[in-house]
Amino acid sequence: MNTYTLPDQTGHFGIFGGRFVPETLMKAVTQLEQAYLEAKNDPVFQSKFKRLLEEYVGRATPLYYAENLTKYAGGAQIYLKREDLNHTGAHKINNAIGQALLATKMGKRKIVAETGAGQHGVATATVCALLNLECIVFMGEEDIKRQALNVFRMELLGAKVVSVTSGSATLKDAVNEALRYWVANVDDTHYLLGSVMGPHPFPMMVRDFQSVIGSETKQQFLARNGRLPEAVVACIGGGSNAMGMFYPFIEDNEVKLFGVEAAGQGVETAFHAASLTKGSPGVLHGSLMYLLQNEDGQIQEAHSISAGLDYPGVGPEHSYLKESGRAAYRSVTDEDALEAFQLLSKVEGIIPALESAHAIAFALKLAAEMGPDKNIVVCLSGRGDKDVDAVKARLEGGNR
Amino acid sequence: MNVVERAFGLVKEAGRKAFVPYIMAGDGGLESLTDRLILLEKFGATAIEVGVPFSDPVADGPTIQRAGIRALKGGTTLKGIIAELEKAREAVSVPIILMTYLNPIYAYGIKSFVKDIQRAGVGGCIIPDLPLEEESIIAPKLEEAEVELIRLVTPTTPIERIEQIASKGSGFLYAVTVKGITGARNGFDEELFSFLQKTKEVSSIPVLAGFGISSPEQISHLTQYCDGVVVGSKIIELFNNNDLKEMKELMSALNHSSKMA
Repeated sequence: MNTYTLPDQTGHFGIFGGRFVPETLMKAVTQLEQAYLEAKNDPVFQSKFKRLLEEYVGRATPLYYAENLTKYAGGAQIYLKREDLNHTGAHKINNAIGQALLATKMGKRKIVAETGAGQHGVATATVCALLNLECIVFMGEEDIKRQALNVFRMELLGAKVVSVTSGSATLKDAVNEALRYWVANVDDTHYLLGSVMGPHPFPMMVRDFQSVIGSETKQQFLARNGRLPEAVVACIGGGSNAMGMFYPFIEDNEVKLFGVEAAGQGVETAFHAASLTKGSPGVLHGSLMYLLQNEDGQIQEAHSISAGLDYPGVGPEHSYLKESGRAAYRSVTDEDALEAFQLLSKVEGIIPALESAHAIAFALKLAAEMGPDKNIVVCLSGRGDKDVDAVKARLEGGNR
Repeated sequence: MNVVERAFGLVKEAGRKAFVPYIMAGDGGLESLTDRLILLEKFGATAIEVGVPFSDPVADGPTIQRAGIRALKGGTTLKGIIAELEKAREAVSVPIILMTYLNPIYAYGIKSFVKDIQRAGVGGCIIPDLPLEEESIIAPKLEEAEVELIRLVTPTTPIERIEQIASKGSGFLYAVTVKGITGARNGFDEELFSFLQKTKEVSSIPVLAGFGISSPEQISHLTQYCDGVVVGSKIIELFNNNDLKEMKELMSALNHSSKMA
């Protein structure tokens, strides 16, 4: 077993990561890093965090043995880590609570966040309502149209949603605007970044807050089976649910780690979000990571049926784990994800988020290649209520 | 001595202040770049900052964002810009400073980038998303090629860090006037002047103020506290409106004010 200690003190995972931000933000990211390192070893902070996860979010989430899905796949045993049962319906709340507590610890009462589909925005708005923090969420104009219900949810929770019209008016541009806002309001505002990306310490901090997923999974699986699973599977946009699942297993080399990217209409087309499969290293949003970019280093638009995976980059730690070979990265098309979405609904009575449906689709293939004495845990990162309209339109529209 | 250093030395000797306009390469067509450089030199630029368009310019406000989008739509690439600058070398004698986010450089290849800009006669480089902590990725190669890395300090930079950055400094120190992104602003707060003064005190190289500067009055006021100004969004706007008269007035305002000083 190798001891895994990344990132290093400067926030790098091998060549990846770092702090590629304008000088105006250096003070804030340095301050954030210090505050986080203190909080990490502060029993008061940790007990507050744990209490909110238990009483407010509803943790621990169950590890569910999906017998029907296992039968359907006809191979390895499949377990689902039920992050969909969290308050607000996805894993995003774990990180939102951690960072909002940290913001109050730093004396910052204003929160800015970006959101794509709206899940991170809703989680952030929820925590801000709970802790009485001012909340501004930047969201691409396109996404606002596609996710009108989530916009209303955030407003109901007291957040101000700002429409982003610059660039491609999607998640990447929402991050740009949130960063610009942060640069201009850095004294009293914390940027509550939703994934394992951005400048150090965000990738490390978000991973740590999300690693409750993997820690619980490990304990629950051990308690039930007296051993560890052969594989864990999670979907990857920026990569926060996957990193939270992988991290506690990272030194257990017998456990294979699989990240599943969105192949959209196919990785051989121009319409996908498979940054690790088809991208190359570059610098965006504060970090060196795998990106979808053209040969001139201009960032390209990502495409996926799932708005949460629709991002042209992937966290630096995943970029590192790909190169080191510790984790393997695969991709699943819109079509296969849609099929898995319907299948899980029918056979298990669980409607998964479209993001998580990518992980399910890959796990089915993986399970079929493995014997029944083997075990796979899939991170079911969120529930699919938010997606039923889009799926209905897609299925009825015959656009298959 | 590097060309940037020499140009600033001459300005200082003459008891004048520096004026560095910023233009977005490829805005108005890459073929117009050389003509614009010649014009800005004629209007008295000390050096000229040439922006490289990027799809995700997080340090820039709407004016420069839009200029970048126009340039990208016109098919502008870093390779094309460097080739154009190499051609412009004969016609333009003021130093050219390339301002680019890191990713276009990274995609170009850091080694080839440094080699190619050196050959094109570029005197300096400003990389707004490359803080001190990450600069080893390119700084040693630039130094070897005698291309100045222009570093930024901002009102949020603690004084010890300003000193640290200034001590590394080459060319000039770019003092960002606002907590915020680029783009014209109506006024500056009082803190700014003490920030500029503090920065001046600890810096052995010239200090230029930039971000949000758009009027002759602002320029006269600010240059009482520093060695010159960088003006970006306003210059872009004036080129876009083809208002060369106002551009000339803006750029001569400085020499007028410094003669008074």
